[in-house]
Amino acid sequence: MTGEYALTVGVFTGIWVLLAMGLNLVSGYAGQPHLGHAALYGIGAYASALLTTRSGLDPWVAIPLSVLLASAIGLALSAVTLRVRDDFLAITTMGVNFVVVAVFLYVPFFGGAYGIGGVPPPRLLGVAFDRRAYFALVLGAVVLGALLDRWILRSWLGAGLVALRDDELAAEASGVDTRRFKVVAFGIGSGHAGLAGALYAHFAGFITPQDFGFPVSITVLCMVVLGGIGTLRGAVTGAVLLSVLPELFRFLLNYRMLLYGLLLVLTMRYQPQGLLGEGSALVGFLRRRAVGRPPVPRAEEVGRAAP
Amino acid sequence: MSAVLTQQVAAGLVLGSLYALLALGLAMVYGVLRILHVAHAGVFAAGAYAALVTAPRVGAWGGVAAAVGVCAVGGLFAERFVYRPLLDQPPLVPLIASIGLFILVEDLLRLVFGPYIQAFPIRPPLQGLEVAGVRLTGNDALILATTALLLGGLYLLLHRTTLGLAWRAVASDLEVARMMGINTNRVVALNLAVGSALAGIAGVLVALYYNQVYPTMGSVVGYKALAIIVLGGLGSVLGTAAAGLLLGVVESLLVAQVGFVLPRDAIAFIALILVLLARPRGLVGGSA
Repeated sequence: MTGEYALTVGVFTGIWVLLAMGLNLVSGYAGQPHLGHAALYGIGAYASALLTTRSGLDPWVAIPLSVLLASAIGLALSAVTLRVRDDFLAITTMGVNFVVVAVFLYVPFFGGAYGIGGVPPPRLLGVAFDRRAYFALVLGAVVLGALLDRWILRSWLGAGLVALRDDELAAEASGVDTRRFKVVAFGIGSGHAGLAGALYAHFAGFITPQDFGFPVSITVLCMVVLGGIGTLRGAVTGAVLLSVLPELFRFLLNYRMLLYGLLLVLTMRYQPQGLLGEGSALVGFLRRRAVGRPPVPRAEEVGRAAP
Repeated sequence: MSAVLTQQVAAGLVLGSLYALLALGLAMVYGVLRILHVAHAGVFAAGAYAALVTAPRVGAWGGVAAAVGVCAVGGLFAERFVYRPLLDQPPLVPLIASIGLFILVEDLLRLVFGPYIQAFPIRPPLQGLEVAGVRLTGNDALILATTALLLGGLYLLLHRTTLGLAWRAVASDLEVARMMGINTNRVVALNLAVGSALAGIAGVLVALYYNQVYPTMGSVVGYKALAIIVLGGLGSVLGTAAAGLLLGVVESLLVAQVGFVLPRDAIAFIALILVLLARPRGLVGGSA
């Protein structure tokens, strides 16, 4: 790999990691099935692209605004999650993805099938970001997202989210306001997706509706599930693995979707916790290696079905 | 109704029949396993390919038989090796496994048969006909008649046979049905086989109707079928058939009469979101 090429792969990997962290908040921590994550990704990208090309805003202003917009739409979407559950929610969010892509594709304001071109890169002191600078920017965004994630999980919010995932009825019975936690998870998770979208738009320079279709939602889900849903390390590892491996093994490119499908089926069948999820074989092995004796399962791991 | 309107309703019913046939299998699987069988759309595409490959050698009926056979075996395989071991997992696990299975089947079809659209070799020697002022092509009539026949047969199977009784018992509570001495594994397997066979027939009819077979032919219509079974009350066979037919008619009328701005494929999902917001358990389902 040449340096420029590696930097490009790095930028895209960072964007996938942001997406995976966002989905992990909704589906992992809060346990809400979400098959429309790419819709929020697209909303962030289109918002930032339109704000800079049509309204002439500076990317540094447009990107945060797009994150806020994606968050706000995610919050609105959570109104749906308050009414429907489980399988119904999975289908509804899938529907949202199709409707959003259809709007991008058929409403002339969004540029139709050709999308939006000429999205400017961000500038610092009058100099446009090159690949190296952009990679640093994406890396910064990922670190920021990860820190936010960790902070959330350690706070009262995290406790509420995990209670919601493990047993919604029991959480409600124990006085957890599950509605509030669902709303928060969707809001922040969508913000992650919006940031990923804005970063994508300003890096690629042009965007089309197909960049944010249902298969993208499935790819993100695939990353989170493979790495280990419900853990930050799992989401990050899954995203890095699935975005870097196809670049390293180019001859596999034609079989990429086949492998994704196979990985999903096999992971669900034999290791539904994913590679690095809580209670997975690999994590158990590493813990035993680290401690030198079989671990005593922590109370929260006992009797908890994954994910 | 004006003649144009009747004609559009008829076209909608033909389209709706195809939706209903595909969605029925999904509803049946959800009824007994409570799993969203996303891979059903892959089974459907595999059925169309089975007919495409065999029909030139063994004739049209042989092609249909091959489609039904391939789909039934595919459904049985999915149940035995993917769904049955995952029944005690939270719903997200079998759902993701099913999505994986769908991607796998779709990409396998692309790798084996190529990514391009192929013409369908079967041409039934049927004349168009006119019923009460509505003109139907031979294919239209074939689709409507087949769907009516299969729906009627399925209704009789469910409500007039011992097997149907066992089937409904398993659908209402798998554990209790097992305790009552019903061989639930066999009932579930049969359910998958029959539901998948319907998808195979739907695959042949869709290929016939559009004269196209391609690897991703299951995608959009498959996702639409998921929306249909939710609208039909998840697992209700009659509700699903009604929702499928209704969607076909609504699509046909909205596109032709109103000049709907979004593509027709978005209608199902918009309807789904609106209905779920008003009635969180679907059109036919009980209150939440």
